[in-house]
Amino acid sequence: MNTNLYAPPRYLPFGDCALLIEFGNTISPEINLKVITLNETITQAKILGAKETVPTYRSLLIRYDPLETTYDQLVFQVRDLEKELEKPHLEAVVGKAVTIPVVYGGEYGPDLSFVAQYHRLTEEQVVKLHSDREYRVYMLGFVAGFPYLGEVAKEIATPRLETPRLNVPAGSVGIAEKQTGIYPCDAPGGWRIIGRTPLKLFNAHKQPPAFLEPGQTVKFKPIPEDEYQVFSEEQRQ
Amino acid sequence: MITFKVLKPGLFTTVQDLGRHGYLEFGVPVSGAMDHFSLAAANLLVENDPNSACLETTLAGSELQTLKKTEIAITGGECFPKINGQNVPMWKTLRIQKDDSISFGKMESGCRAYLAIRGGINTPLVLGSRSTYVRGGFRGIEGRPLQTGDTIEGFDVSPLEVEYEMPSEMVPQFPDNLIVNVILGPQVDMFTDKGIETFLSSRYIVTSEADRMGYRLEGPAIEHKAKADIISDALLPGAIQVPKNGKPILIMRDAQTTGGYPKIAVITFPDLDLVGQAKPNVGIEFVKVTIRQAHEKFRAYAKLLDTLSLTLKKKK
Repeated sequence: MNTNLYAPPRYLPFGDCALLIEFGNTISPEINLKVITLNETITQAKILGAKETVPTYRSLLIRYDPLETTYDQLVFQVRDLEKELEKPHLEAVVGKAVTIPVVYGGEYGPDLSFVAQYHRLTEEQVVKLHSDREYRVYMLGFVAGFPYLGEVAKEIATPRLETPRLNVPAGSVGIAEKQTGIYPCDAPGGWRIIGRTPLKLFNAHKQPPAFLEPGQTVKFKPIPEDEYQVFSEEQRQ
Repeated sequence: MITFKVLKPGLFTTVQDLGRHGYLEFGVPVSGAMDHFSLAAANLLVENDPNSACLETTLAGSELQTLKKTEIAITGGECFPKINGQNVPMWKTLRIQKDDSISFGKMESGCRAYLAIRGGINTPLVLGSRSTYVRGGFRGIEGRPLQTGDTIEGFDVSPLEVEYEMPSEMVPQFPDNLIVNVILGPQVDMFTDKGIETFLSSRYIVTSEADRMGYRLEGPAIEHKAKADIISDALLPGAIQVPKNGKPILIMRDAQTTGGYPKIAVITFPDLDLVGQAKPNVGIEFVKVTIRQAHEKFRAYAKLLDTLSLTLKKKK
């Protein structure tokens, strides 16, 4: 039913070292699934000269080495793999949801009360709406390991802060319009912070370094503050 | 083996190599030297691997005290380096003794200078690179620019038997007005013909909002067809984003890996070195090239770097 899916996808040059393939210009699981599937297909195909890929909401970037391939050659090879996207079994590749424990509100989620007031809800209702559904990891970006998750229930979709905070603590869980996300490290940011997870979402000394990857599903689980401390201890070990 | 002690940190000095590759999908920027050619050249002048870690100084350089006899080379923007107060040449192997002080003068042309030490700087590898990424707190010196009192370690290597010098005709020039090659796209179709014409026929000026993450440019506004935002997608260094106000933003080496403004064009890889040396008030004109033309230039650039060690003048 999605009319926002480009047919066929658009192949666009991104400078002299990359190719961008756009599947649409909206946020939708259907478009993102195409991106993730093509990404996996390309990675497995080990195309000569393709160095790395960046899956995002609605497009896939392929960085290549112009000494090993040409733009036209790469487009030709990727178009050939495009038919893999139609195979139905790939639609089923959605793993079990990853659970993210979160302490909502208070000092951990300074904007929870604002989000509740903005929508004329109680804080408990906001927490329930946020933690009741599974979210898709659409992409990682902004800072190392930051997952863009969607979509939140429209009852709690909230605009960003007018003036971003200079420092949002690592683990903070925020809402920006219909997206929700988690800050992997201390960073400036304008998302409405409703809670915090003790999980470490990025570790440069692990492979892969990011805890989540695009295409996965996650679910938030409200936990009391004392459990946060226990989790934090475990994460440190 | 501690080689230097930092007496003055300078404006913004970090440890960099040729970057952290293969982790964009996790949101990790490439980082690395803003001017690859100058960093690689500095390394080759002391017989290092071209990807060894160096210090990248910005405009006002650091002052360092040498704790160990070694060899260094200084390249990049013209910065009038001194050893114990005496002027020394750039683009050449320099022998330094214990207790020598190294300092930099005012940056005349260019914006960034590179200091290589024999054997390279020894800081921990993070995801395969020694480049500092300040936003993510990635190493270098504790994930931040140098501070007074920091120490910089080198590797234990044998002294150089020969000295090298870059032939003067190969030393890059960093003029105050740049002509920069771009390939239009990926989202050039979000701009009007008039907007594209404005972009390709105007001179843009680097503002003071310019750092390792990106440069904001001032100049004639580029007209969008309608919307000035897209669903966030991937960014690479060299991308030229145009937000609603029509003023271009150049994405540089430390930029975040995704962004939500349409990209009218992308600077070609070899020309990114030149842009990496642009300081505030430098003018930039963009020239459209085809992918085929860009790849010819890319091959020439790769060959230049590959053969650079052979073209250096050598003396016993």
